Amino acid sequence: MYQYDNYDQAMVDARVDEFRDQVKRRLEGKLTEDQFRPLRLMNGLYLQLHAYMLRVAVPYGTLSAKQMRMLGHIARKYDKGYGHFTTRQNIQYNWIKLSDAPDILADLASVEMHAIQTSGNCIRNISSDQYAGVAADEVVDPRPWAELLRQWSSFHPEFSYLPRKFKIAVIASEQDRAAMRLHDIGLELVKRDGVVGARVFAGGGMGRTPMVAPEINDFVTEDEIVSYVEACLRVYNRYGRRDNKYKARIKILVHELGVEEYRRQVAEEFAHMKTLGLNPPTEELARIAAYFADPVYETGLSDDLDRSDPDFALWLDRNVVAHKQPGYAIANISLKPVGGIPGDASAEQIELMADLAERYSMDELRVTHAQNIVLPYVKKADLYTLWRELEAAGLGEANIDQITDIIACPGLDYCSLANARSIPVAQKIAQRFTDNGKEATIGELKLKISGCINACGHHHAGHIGILGVDRKGVENYQLLLGGSGAEDCSLGTITGPGFDENGIVDAVEKVADLYLAQRNDDERFLDTYRRLGMAPFKEALYG
Amino acid sequence: MKILTANDLATGDVVWWAGDGWSRLIVEAYDVGEKGEDIGRREEAARRVIGAYVIDGEQTADGPRPAHIKDRIRGLGPTVRPDLTLKPADPDIGKWVI
Repeated sequence: MYQYDNYDQAMVDARVDEFRDQVKRRLEGKLTEDQFRPLRLMNGLYLQLHAYMLRVAVPYGTLSAKQMRMLGHIARKYDKGYGHFTTRQNIQYNWIKLSDAPDILADLASVEMHAIQTSGNCIRNISSDQYAGVAADEVVDPRPWAELLRQWSSFHPEFSYLPRKFKIAVIASEQDRAAMRLHDIGLELVKRDGVVGARVFAGGGMGRTPMVAPEINDFVTEDEIVSYVEACLRVYNRYGRRDNKYKARIKILVHELGVEEYRRQVAEEFAHMKTLGLNPPTEELARIAAYFADPVYETGLSDDLDRSDPDFALWLDRNVVAHKQPGYAIANISLKPVGGIPGDASAEQIELMADLAERYSMDELRVTHAQNIVLPYVKKADLYTLWRELEAAGLGEANIDQITDIIACPGLDYCSLANARSIPVAQKIAQRFTDNGKEATIGELKLKISGCINACGHHHAGHIGILGVDRKGVENYQLLLGGSGAEDCSLGTITGPGFDENGIVDAVEKVADLYLAQRNDDERFLDTYRRLGMAPFKEALYG
Repeated sequence: MKILTANDLATGDVVWWAGDGWSRLIVEAYDVGEKGEDIGRREEAARRVIGAYVIDGEQTADGPRPAHIKDRIRGLGPTVRPDLTLKPADPDIGKWVI
């Protein structure tokens, strides 16, 4: 994985010193809160419902064991013993003291981490496929481009005060595991006649106005990707709606201009940029790519697995994914124990995952946008031992992409923007479908819950989505069906009137029951819904 | 009743105006009447708190109860982590929120 050079380290260290001074001046009264707020937000420090919340950047979701161990240390020393992995592949801590924040950033900097680009109207932490570099189906490893974009975007003076926040995802497989088309810019790396380039999508997003990003360019060669992205951003920066924050995202601009006109303006800007010679040097991409070269794999390893333990066999079927290298596997660690809090991990669990990465996964972990953790380099021969250790630590849930693998934002239990609680609903649904045994027969079903219209829980992209709203001070939950963040990207449709906290659990069960009764063979929930349409589901819910 | 709440500047803790200072216990919240906004501005200027705002509530046998669920959660702690609430020994404490 990428390692800081002196410039990277100096930049992050300087930011720590700068923020330490800013915090000191704030506590001494030399900065007002109005002056200080944008400064703390530039360092990922929010004021949330119960305390300050610190969001730490995990570039494209990749972590070393050492970095993961530091995240556990921070949870124990500065927080209340746990952290929350987010749908942006980051981690956030809910109980941070302002006076501790500079020390936390210094600890992060000691392992090449920071909290920059996790807030504010800048280009946010770049996200990517959690299986990058090891997926059997990828064209190239997308991480060098993600890292190049990270370096290009960090402190970019032109894009530090955009009309609104800006999210970029980079993938390199036809299978989209990063909700790429629901980003402000999505890049899908492809090969054409042996040449690497990118399909560029712009104007996607969730939030109060969800949109699937249209394709802006079907092939930009690899040496011009950064310049083309810069052209996309320049047009947005010039014409994005700064007068209305609800219309300030690029999706609104692309929608209002029309795809053709936005594409034309980007092409014009791109043609201008070509005259400026702003493409990053190819040597820099090569330098970065060297950090992502394949590790030294052992050869001659067996692909055989002993499936005699049925619980282990279930975990293999649900949590383990094919690796590009014979004898190896990609192991998913579910952070969705039934009855637990989606995405939460204790300091002890975080440290254990770091240890397991050291012992079984060549020192590396990934955070997924579904709030789980991946060990990307596990020898198949080690899977059983790994699973036993995960089981013992409460991390052995075999439910990836099942109905109990629920994405849920922190909701009203933690978030000052939320209108309703998300976590208790996730817990009740997971418990219901475990107790009634239906989880075992449903198969892939992505259920996503947001506690407000900002959609941090990706409810628009859930096969089943749930949106919490405030109805005269009482929590109410809308149900959506038919969304997908994958390569078959689509936005969910609201079924009708909402439900109370218990009613929404019943409603999800009714929907699942109809699916089980109507599905063809191994048809997924999403495909059954698309085949049948909304009407029978509405009838089951409200008829 | 009118309740004044904020977050402690240095720690971020949720605090409630208790008449002569801030308390972390909502049970000590004081009816600020019409003075809440003035007190909040003064306390923010003194760098003791941030984000001060006045909410509606009612006095009950168990003490002050904010009218809105968001402030009841602020008063108690996350309903999904009873161990982190003000009353970690009471497994039913989450019901106070609802």
